[in-house]
Formats: sequence, structure tokens, C-alpha cells
Amino acid sequence: MDEVAISVKSLNKEFLLPHEKNNTVKGLFTGILKRNKFTKETQKALIDINFKVYKGEFFGIVGRNGSGKSTLLKILASIYSPSSGEVKVEGKLVPFIELGVGFNPELSGRDNVYLNGAMLGFSNKEIEAMYDDIVRFAELEDFMDQKLKNYSSGMYVRLAFSMATRSKADILLVDEVLAVGDAEFQRKCYNYFKKLKKDKKTVIFVTHDMHAVKEYCDRVILIEDSRIELEGNANVVSEAYTKMFNEDDITSDIQTTEKKWGDGRVVIESVMTDKKKLVDDDGEIRLTTKIKSKVDITNLRYEFVVTDGEGINLLGLNSDLIDGKIDIQKNQSVILEAVIPNIFSEGVYSLNITISADEKICEQRNDALKFTVFKKNGKQFLTTPPITLKISNAKK
Amino acid sequence: MYKKLKLRYRYSVILLKELVRTDFKLRYQGSVLGYLWSLLRPLFLFVILYLVFTKFLKVGDSVPHYPVYLLLGIILWNFFVETTSGSVASIVNKGELLRKINFPKYVIILSVALSALINLFLNFIVIAIFMYFNGVSFRLQDFLLIPLIFELFVFAVSCSFFLSAAFVKFRDVSYIWDVLVQLGFYLTPILYPFSKLPIGFGKFIILSPISQTIQESRRILVTNQATTIGDLFKNNYLYCSIPFIIVIIVAIISMIYFRRSSKNFAEEV
Repeated sequence: MDEVAISVKSLNKEFLLPHEKNNTVKGLFTGILKRNKFTKETQKALIDINFKVYKGEFFGIVGRNGSGKSTLLKILASIYSPSSGEVKVEGKLVPFIELGVGFNPELSGRDNVYLNGAMLGFSNKEIEAMYDDIVRFAELEDFMDQKLKNYSSGMYVRLAFSMATRSKADILLVDEVLAVGDAEFQRKCYNYFKKLKKDKKTVIFVTHDMHAVKEYCDRVILIEDSRIELEGNANVVSEAYTKMFNEDDITSDIQTTEKKWGDGRVVIESVMTDKKKLVDDDGEIRLTTKIKSKVDITNLRYEFVVTDGEGINLLGLNSDLIDGKIDIQKNQSVILEAVIPNIFSEGVYSLNITISADEKICEQRNDALKFTVFKKNGKQFLTTPPITLKISNAKK
Repeated sequence: MYKKLKLRYRYSVILLKELVRTDFKLRYQGSVLGYLWSLLRPLFLFVILYLVFTKFLKVGDSVPHYPVYLLLGIILWNFFVETTSGSVASIVNKGELLRKINFPKYVIILSVALSALINLFLNFIVIAIFMYFNGVSFRLQDFLLIPLIFELFVFAVSCSFFLSAAFVKFRDVSYIWDVLVQLGFYLTPILYPFSKLPIGFGKFIILSPISQTIQESRRILVTNQATTIGDLFKNNYLYCSIPFIIVIIVAIISMIYFRRSSKNFAEEV
């Protein structure tokens, strides 16, 4: 484990901001004349990045969108060159940054295997030798002479993945491959990762999926605002990463007083959930709301709505509708506990809570709380309630 | 030594082969006659040119075997244009690929040039047919064409390196090159015999590596009457080497420029 596969030393990357770019010769000339007036504006994508990856390690890179993690991966793959600093790579590196590099929709599946194979560094002879295996693994035996543009996206990904698993590399760079494809494909991906881990390959894995991080990564770095925020084992970093999202929620709660209103007869003292994040195995989430009344009220109405990232009211509950009669006396505190089954797709959800009586709102809080859901199947549908499918032969 | 080189350029060679192959597959896709078109197209074109220039315009009556003389000039010029104009936008067009994987960028230019070279070879087959019907004899010295084509190849590739790298930064390059190619087409003795040029101007034009190789090729393949650089400068070594010096200078500058800018292609395209 002491042999270093990748070492990155004080790496910086800056991008020239696009509006500075002289795309015409005229721009070049006027640019020369006005050179003194221009101060070149740059955007810092990565600042002082230092880390080492040892041979045989499964190394995770996590971070929010735009934090710089993809730029880092592209520098490791020598697609971008660093502005300063040093990147050393020991051994053959294959970028998995995107599946199906070089795939041409106008060519047949067969031709694309050869083309993509060449991109991965396989000669024609080598591809010929493993052609049957590739096709079998992709389960596309009958489709190889069809043009790629006629493939379904699932077939496309299967072929691409089948190719990618052939690459003979010491170091693999994987960028959120799992975000695409159906459950079956993802199962294949996970199996492949397990195999990589067993074979002691060095893997650099960029993802949002904390579930996968915990399962596969030995060590993880968290990138935030172009810098390495944290380096450590998978549990520590994924904990911090999830917290990062929830910290945002707390701040938004404090900042946005306009998201809270009502006449104040009853106030919401606290809103809690038993979990801030849910994964596949979590069956439910418990929502606890503590309220306190300043006057005697009968027939209090408690309502909550769960909205998804796009603001769609996904589900909710209204105590009137379930005949849950709430009577509350002056200065009395009541705890309301709702159990919501985990039928959520992957994403961040927020809770809006309303307490009302006599058609008047006592207190309403929008975005009172947020929770994050991680699912293997990503976000194919709005919700994922258990659905069964029965298959039987029809009688003639 | 050979093995080391082979290992180092293994990836480039694999990629180059596949890109050229793909280019050919795509070019004639969906056509009934397929690859046959790469022979038929120049054949029909040549027949038209032959009719226009020898039967109607009668430009080259003074030159023996003028049809072959004409066609040879055209295919060499076309090779140069196909390589350079095809290369100008090639780096930018491959932008998607550049952003996904790191590979030697020069392979893109070489693949365009190799495709053009294969076309040139096919055109020579058609030329051979015309030579046969025109009564031009085939001789051993015809093989002297190979170094000349090599010279033209190096020149075309060098120009392509420069143009394609410059195009990444300045999109004007393709328009400027279009105009230059048009200008070059009429300045270079392609459609008209070299003898139609005033001597002083001819001495200037022949210094261009393209004119020089075209005239040289005509002398070797078609007729002794084709004026070459050696005739004009009475075999003065200094003047005769100018086209080669041009090729070498353009090659060095282009390669340095391409090498330097290729590091940032992925970000800039």
C-alpha cells in the first residue's frame, strides 16, 4: 500500500473567463492595442490541491456541483494541463470519464467497438480476439450490424460499459458512470467495482452517491470551493458531505423570516426528523413537530407537505382529513409525530408545516427542514412506492 | 531502438489507422456504389475537364499530352487543398473527443492527410488510365514521383498543423484560407501551361513548393517540355533549394506552434 500511484502537489488551475477570448483576428489586433487596459480575469477552478493515492486504493472525490472535482479529474487524465503545480501518475491510466468515447452514431455497433477500442488503445487484432466477449457481456448479439443511432440509450450504455471494462489499466478514473442506466445496468456497474476492488486496482471515483462512497472507497477527499476541505475515510467524509447540505438548511431557516408567518396563537417550537438522509434500506422517516399554544383552541389543524427539489408538492398530510382531532389548551405543548414511508426518489426534499384553526393560519413554516435521499435508482420517477408485477400466461 | 519507437507510438498508430478507416466508412455510407465512387468521382470530373479544356478552350494545344498534364496538376493541387482545408476545422470538430480523453492531437491532422493521400493514390489509378489512352509511355523514372509527393505531403501537413491550431483561437482562419486557396489555384500553373506565364513572374511562382512539385511531376510523368525550377534558374543550387527551405521553415514553425497550443485545445475548443 506504500507505493504511490498518483501524487498531486500544490496544484492550481485557472480558466480564462470566456468573455476575454479573442475569437477573431480583429479582436487580436484591438487586443494588442488595448493590452494595457485589459487586466486578464481568471476563474480559479482549483486552489492548492495536495493529495496522494496509493496503489490498490479505491479513492473517492466528492463535492458539490461546480466545486472543481471534474476539473481535477480532467487534469489527472491529462485532458487539461495544470496552471501550476505537479501531477505524477505511475502506471497506465484509463479515463472512464465518459463511457463510449468516440462512438459515432452513423456507424454500426461493430464498427464502433473497433473505434472505441482504438481510443482505449487496443489494436484491431486485440479487439478481434475479445469481440465476442464484449458483445456477449453487452447482451447485444443481434444488434451489432445496426447503426448506433438506432440503439436505445440502454443498449448504447451497455455496449459502452462492456468496452470500458476491457481496458487494461493500472489506474481507472470513474466519473459518475452510475448516474445513467437502469437498475440492471447499475447492478453490473457495482459488480464491476467489486471486482476492481478485489483485483486491487487503483480507482479514482468521483460521485455524489454517499452510499457508493461508503461501500467502496478506502479514502475520500471532499472538495468545496476549489479547495480540499477534508481528507479521510469514507464514513468521516460522507458524514461531512451530508452535513454540508443540512448546514445550508439551517442557515436558510434562520435567514428567511418571510418563510414563517401566522397570527401566533399557536407556535411551532421545533421540527425534527429522525434522519437527515435516507438510503435504500431506510424504510421510513419520522417527522416530529412540537407546538405550543398561547390560547385554548379546539379543532386545531396540522398540515405538512413534502416538496421536492423542483418545488412540486409531492405528498403530505392534513389532520382534518384523517379525523385526527387536536384540542389544545393554553400553554400546553403537544408533540405530533408522523411516519412517512421511504417512497422517495433520490434528491433533496423540504418540509412545509402549517398549524391553523378556524380557517386562519396560526403559524406556517416553509422549508422548515430538509432531508436528502440517496437511491440506487436515482430519480427516474417522482416517487418509488412498492409496486408488484404479476406475470402469468393468458389462456387461449 | 525500433521496438522502443514502436511502443511509444503504438497508441498513435492504432488511433490513426482507426480514424482513417472510420473516415472512409462514413464517406461513402448510404451510397449504392460505395467505395467505387472514390474512383468514379475523379474519373467523371476528369472527363469534364478534359472536354472543357482541350476541346472547347484549347488552352494547352502547345503542350504534348495536355490532358494528362492538366489532370496531374489538378490531382496534386486537390491533394493539397483536401489536406489543408479538411484540417482547418478538424481540431475544433473533434472537440467533444478532446474533452473526454487525452490522446496525441497530431493524429487528427495526420488522419486527414492520410485520407487525402489515399485519394491521391486512387486518382493516380485514374491518371494511369488517361495516360494509357493518351499514349503516354510508362517508364521506370515515374517512381521519382514518390519523393515529390512526399515533399508535397510534408508541406500540406505542416500548413495543416498551423491552420488547425490557429483556427482554435481565431475562427477567421477558415475564411482567410478559403480565399488564399482560390488565389493559389489561379496563380499556380494548374489549368494553364506554365509557359503561358511571363518569365519573370514564372520565376517567382515556381518557388512555391506546390508549383515546383507539380511542374517536376509533369516533367517526370508526362513531357520533357514541362518547365521545372532547374530550367528557370539554370540549376543554381541556391535558388533551386528555396522551395525545400520554405517547406522546412513552415514545418518547423507549424510543429512548434501546434505542440505548444495543443496543450490547451481541450479548454479552448
